[in-house]
Amino acid sequence: MSSPAMAIDKRKTNTEDDNILEVTALKKHFPISSGIVFQRQVGAVRAVDGVSFNVIRGETLGLVGESGCGKSTTGRTILQLYRPTEGSVKFEGQELSTMTGNDLRQMRRRMQIIFQDPFASLNPRMTVGSIVSEPLQIHKMYANKKERQQYVEQLMEKVGLNPYFINRYPHEFSGGQRQRIGIARALALQPSFIVADEPISALDVSIQAQVVNLMEELQDELNLTYLFIAHDLSMVRHICDRVAVMYLGKIVELGPVDEVYENPQHPYTQALLSAVPVPDPVVEENRQRIIISGDLPNPASPPTGCNFNTRCPVAFDLCYQEPDPPLIEVRPDHFVSCHRVT
Amino acid sequence: MSTLLDVKDLVVRFYTQEGTVYAVNGVSFELEEGETLGIVGESGSGKSVSCLALMGLIPSPPGKVEAGTVMFEGRDLLTLKPDQMRLIRGKEIAMIFQDPMTSLNPVLTIGTQITESLKLHEGMNTSQSRKRAADLLDMVGIPDAYRRLDDYPHQFSGGMRQRVMIAMGLSCNPKLLIADEPTTALDVTIQAQIIELVKQLKDEFNMAMIWITHDLGVVAGIADRIQVMYGGRIMESGTSNEVFRDSRHPYTVGLLGSLPRLDSSGEEKLTQIEGSPPDMRNEPAGCPFAPRCDVREYLQLEKCWDQRPPLENVPDADGGSMHIMSCWADIREGVAENV
Ligand SMILES: Nc1ncnc2c1ncn2[C@@H]1O[C@H](COP(=O)(O)OP(=O)(O)OP(=O)(O)O)[C@@H](O)[C@H]1O
Ligand SMILES: Nc1ncnc2c1ncn2[C@@H]1O[C@H](COP(=O)(O)OP(=O)(O)O)[C@@H](O)[C@H]1O
Ligand code: SF4
Ligand code: SF4
Ligand SMILES: [Mg+2]
Ligand SMILES: [Mg+2]
Repeated sequence: MSSPAMAIDKRKTNTEDDNILEVTALKKHFPISSGIVFQRQVGAVRAVDGVSFNVIRGETLGLVGESGCGKSTTGRTILQLYRPTEGSVKFEGQELSTMTGNDLRQMRRRMQIIFQDPFASLNPRMTVGSIVSEPLQIHKMYANKKERQQYVEQLMEKVGLNPYFINRYPHEFSGGQRQRIGIARALALQPSFIVADEPISALDVSIQAQVVNLMEELQDELNLTYLFIAHDLSMVRHICDRVAVMYLGKIVELGPVDEVYENPQHPYTQALLSAVPVPDPVVEENRQRIIISGDLPNPASPPTGCNFNTRCPVAFDLCYQEPDPPLIEVRPDHFVSCHRVT
Repeated sequence: MSTLLDVKDLVVRFYTQEGTVYAVNGVSFELEEGETLGIVGESGSGKSVSCLALMGLIPSPPGKVEAGTVMFEGRDLLTLKPDQMRLIRGKEIAMIFQDPMTSLNPVLTIGTQITESLKLHEGMNTSQSRKRAADLLDMVGIPDAYRRLDDYPHQFSGGMRQRVMIAMGLSCNPKLLIADEPTTALDVTIQAQIIELVKQLKDEFNMAMIWITHDLGVVAGIADRIQVMYGGRIMESGTSNEVFRDSRHPYTVGLLGSLPRLDSSGEEKLTQIEGSPPDMRNEPAGCPFAPRCDVREYLQLEKCWDQRPPLENVPDADGGSMHIMSCWADIREGVAENV
């Protein structure tokens, strides 16, 4: 029942101009230094190397791609947890890349992050109550202790945790429950935008659906916008309205999920989608896999020409000579960066 | 085809400071020569421990194989002495793990590690074994293999390290390869490469294989038979088609229902299994899935709590079918639509 029209519909409940986030030509390079006494920069890891996209208020934008392609760095640079090397990040109309101090702190209330590892991201010596209320204290909200506790209990209930456990420690909870604690903490300051960096990857299969359903319910109820970073392409199709495919620091394809999944244009997207196994032996038996050889190149020395030319099954002359192909709209709302397509 | 491996009533426990962990509670299965068995289940369900047990690799203490037999080519592996077992491991049965970095020695070159096993099991000398090692690396698709023998594991990517593990595993022509989540740590494109490689080598070497995974998609394409585990027991087992397309156990049904599909647009809400996986420090008297089972709730089946359902043919199994499950209920009787 995959009609692209439906996907567009879902998305068009927001108007085109209601962008909560606009990212333009964003770069984040990490310097590589060498030398024991005198550190000097000998190169840079081009973790994010010029990405542009928008996020529409109320939608979920998926960010997918192989490990190390720059998904988390993109998420963190948007939130200014890393400062951009170049480029612009506009959140609710305001430029973040040049913002500092108190202004930035105020903006951060509206943007939160949920991490992959619910075990590592919670302080083991803090109770659930203090974990969830920590952001409130930092931002001096709910100064009245009793009100604060009430609010934290409300949040716990909202994410499906029994408020009775407010004084327990993280190790007393299961993985799924810990992820709920992380979500409650992210919601505490009533953000409008959440970067979810692989929020379900560390969870048991039967728990993943619980957390995803919760995230979807909260999105509807609180009108949240998500940037959903993930490895699991099946889950991305389920939860996202649009998807951006990254390869070696760049976006190679961007569009509505059903459109991209049913009509992938970039050779990398095609290979990526064809590699995802489907839990159905009959489907598997009849599938054509595109196996791309080799590994992701080192982001400190990307290939000249198209970033994908070292592994691309359909590369031709142009791909080695011309600079990286630009991201071009090939069908309505569907963008691709490939000389073969554009 | 004849039976290569016959595991009966395997029971493994760990006696830890936090209490006894009932890791594997009576697991039985058979494997034909050349057959591929997929073992699926969530983390902690006893997949790895059952396979470690049959390889004689349970750390003891705290672990102990409490009961069971593992017949492999006419011998019960559980009664073998450690050095007899060592000869079987590596030569007759090979195992590859999720994280190749932990099974490779970081301070020895790749070449040294492969040749070691060739010298031990095949009695080769240094130059013979280096030649063979390079051939093996070449076979698993490592470019420039001879030169890379002198590299250390950290100079290889995750996918290449897993290829090295496969090369080592296959170096002595084993009859059985046990792969414990070998692609879980890898990207899907690399996973697809490894799966393709293993499929091809499996036919070439005519091996039987056990592929352990929590990803139901991975085994759908490679396994002849599937075995679903939960709480240290087998919940359902049958051919891939039976388990995936005619699932009968409430846990299998729930698990498949909770998975979004790549090949269909995700408009509907995912059906979720409530609750969390069991604490393996309690040995449930009845069905381990009972606390989370909506079929039990719907049918108000009280015996699920205190009577262990036997692992038997599913109701109405075709003649000769080995589609078995451990459940008191028959979900086809109008139950599935109602829960
Ligand atoms: N703080 C840092 N210093 C130096 N290099 C970094 C830093 N953070 C990330 N990188 C590098 O930047 C690149 C992109 O990393 P990033 O964490 O964004 O990838 P990712 O797409 O999120 O991968 P994964 O799927 O593994 O989470 C990688 O090569 C990584 O090693
Ligand atoms: N060395 C060990 N010491 C204590 N408990 C263990 C040990 N190894 C495994 N277990 C426990 O045994 C159970 C089954 O584990 P395992 O077979 O590794 O699960 P999986 O299905 O994820 O492979 C789990 O509860 C696990 O915590
Ligand atoms: S531009 Fe060339 S190398 Fe790059 S993806 Fe397209 S065809 Fe392949
Ligand atoms: S035996 Fe009972 S509790 Fe267990 S799966 Fe069947 S119906 Fe559910
Ligand atoms: Mg990341
Ligand atoms: Mg395991």
